[in-house]
Amino acid sequence: MLASIVRVTETQAPARPRPVEAAAESLSSSFPRTTVIRPAPRWPHLELLELWHFRELLARLAWRDVSVKYKQTAFGVAWAILQPFLTMVVFTFVFGRFANFPSKGVPYPIFTYSALLPWTYFASAVAISSGSLVGNKALVTKVYFPRVLLPLAGVTVPLVDLVLAFSVLVGMMFWFEVWPNIALVLAPVFLLLAVVTALGVGLFTSSVNVRYRDAAYALPFLLQIWLYLSGVVYAMSALPQKWQWVLALNPMTAVINGFQWGVIGAPAPNLGKTAVSVAAALVIFIVGLEFFRRSEPRFADTI
Amino acid sequence: MTAAITVEGIGKSYRIGQYQSAYGTLRDSITASVGRMVRREHKPQYDEIWALRDVSFEVPEGGVLGIVGHNGAGKSTLLKILNRITTPTEGRATLRGRVGSLLEVGTGFHSELTGRENVFLNGSVLGMKRREIASKFDEIVEFSGVEAFIDTPVKRYSSGMQVRLAFAVAAHLEPEILLIDEVLAVGDAEFQRRCLGRMEELSGTGRTVLFVSHQMQSVSQLCDRALELEKGLIVNDGPAGEVVARYLQRVGGSGSEISWPERASAPGGKVARLRSVRVVNEAGETVEAVDVRSRVGIEVGFTVLDGGVNLFPKIKVLDRQGEIAFNALDTSPHWHEQPAASGDYVSTAWIPGNLLNEGLATVEVAIVELGLDKLMPRAGVRDAVSFHVQDPGEGGSARGVFLGQLRGVVRPLLEWTTEER
Repeated sequence: MLASIVRVTETQAPARPRPVEAAAESLSSSFPRTTVIRPAPRWPHLELLELWHFRELLARLAWRDVSVKYKQTAFGVAWAILQPFLTMVVFTFVFGRFANFPSKGVPYPIFTYSALLPWTYFASAVAISSGSLVGNKALVTKVYFPRVLLPLAGVTVPLVDLVLAFSVLVGMMFWFEVWPNIALVLAPVFLLLAVVTALGVGLFTSSVNVRYRDAAYALPFLLQIWLYLSGVVYAMSALPQKWQWVLALNPMTAVINGFQWGVIGAPAPNLGKTAVSVAAALVIFIVGLEFFRRSEPRFADTI
Repeated sequence: MTAAITVEGIGKSYRIGQYQSAYGTLRDSITASVGRMVRREHKPQYDEIWALRDVSFEVPEGGVLGIVGHNGAGKSTLLKILNRITTPTEGRATLRGRVGSLLEVGTGFHSELTGRENVFLNGSVLGMKRREIASKFDEIVEFSGVEAFIDTPVKRYSSGMQVRLAFAVAAHLEPEILLIDEVLAVGDAEFQRRCLGRMEELSGTGRTVLFVSHQMQSVSQLCDRALELEKGLIVNDGPAGEVVARYLQRVGGSGSEISWPERASAPGGKVARLRSVRVVNEAGETVEAVDVRSRVGIEVGFTVLDGGVNLFPKIKVLDRQGEIAFNALDTSPHWHEQPAASGDYVSTAWIPGNLLNEGLATVEVAIVELGLDKLMPRAGVRDAVSFHVQDPGEGGSARGVFLGQLRGVVRPLLEWTTEER
């Protein structure tokens, strides 16, 4: 589509060339050519068509963060595996050996590692997307693009780590002789639930962070508490029913239960509790998105 | 012919006062709102300042519009609004065509990535498609002149190389509407010439261009029309040559003297108010232009209304690009050994010869109170006066026998020694 513009300008006819008209047809079919700028409405809506138009930039931003992440580190990509693995070793000693926490009938190490995979993804996705606006200040104050792309790219980056760390889980399966079952095909769906939740939280905290840098201090603390409410160190099913329902409001419980169901053959999660978690995730996402959209017009002025 | 850019009554206001801090902490905000509740106020107290007000204009397809004005006149705010980085407070603008912008080169460059990777990253940030960047890649690299280092991380580049690569990417954007802010002020003279050439090429192919610059020569050379902004309002609109000429006349000519006969409307407040500012030569005459070799005085007349604090006159000198040449406080014992007494004063700051470079110098004047770690202005005026520094080329200046342009904010005459060894 842009090749046509180039060609027109290169074959300059004596009459003034009209690249605008030459490109009009193809441009308008992919994206509205006319931009109308007005004061920000009170409740801006998300323009999905525009997001689609910027998909290459999203990929480029995510790619940038992935390729820069482990530059100038001695262990490099190994960090993606070391982080959950070392946490697993610590948890196994503290909670598995000493405290003897319940682990769904599978060896504690593989129980906690299979929970740490989605959890580590979630925690870093929230952390990266929360810092994404402030961390890209130069972009936010200099060029236009839908700001949603920044937290969105932030939640896609740690997916790479997740895939890498998964290879260790495969090794552990052989070691402990614990096998996945057919529900494995649903594991990506449960991970998607983690993506949606992380994006909701990230949208909210990233826009708060623009105005109040407090968010950067509160977040690690929040995530630490969240970890203990998500069934990473103990099996949720050992808790009283009443509390299980309350904790179902935390979408990460459904993510971890659902992921373990397929991956390490744990018992199937309760349908009702999963539904509660899905609903909670959607609420988090919508609230986060709306908050983000409302703060967006002032990002460049306050950052 | 339809207009490519239509701007109708655009305005942008910022809140100042209580919310002045760029970003506060949550605690500050909570204390402030609790405070308001206690005092039974409904609205937060703040003042509004309009960075831009009631700006309307049209640019026809293929037109090249220049925007001139002082620093802080609202030029950059206007471009930021048209570029959708910030939203207007009122009004409406319509842009018909793909918009590309060169607000600042190098946006989105990542120092850990190689030149090649950054070309692709920067290109997508500026709105180019991957295919488009790939097809122009060789051209971009050639234009930048950094071929040999294209696979080296840009953190190993000199700043000049980074700028050249960044500009090369931006110059190969092919939008229908191009918004440009001061990008031509980078790089060496040779590179600037290439950039200007590229701009001429672009505007010769039916592209609509909006060009903000301090370089009056490029504005009158490249644009067919120009607007002058002052304090957020359009004060002049017409053919580029005329607007530039009138602007230069005003900022450069009559700006060597200013006075405020009525105390109530003079800059300042309870503590002090300004009375007059003049650019003077050694004979005490008001001058508009000075020889680079002779000293020039900035004479500040002011009244201290409420003495008892340590006050100092202060001047700040800027070059035409708005770069600060220096700040200077009055160091005479009169102000240092005792608190200022009420009364009328005239202080003159003598800027030595062979200090400032040739060109227009603008002076900001203030009466400041000494705080613990900062100066608190009690009366002041930006762009108070200005004067031209000229070098007749008769020797005795740093130019020597060279006749071309010497760049830099200052141009001191140094003491050089050479021995054979």
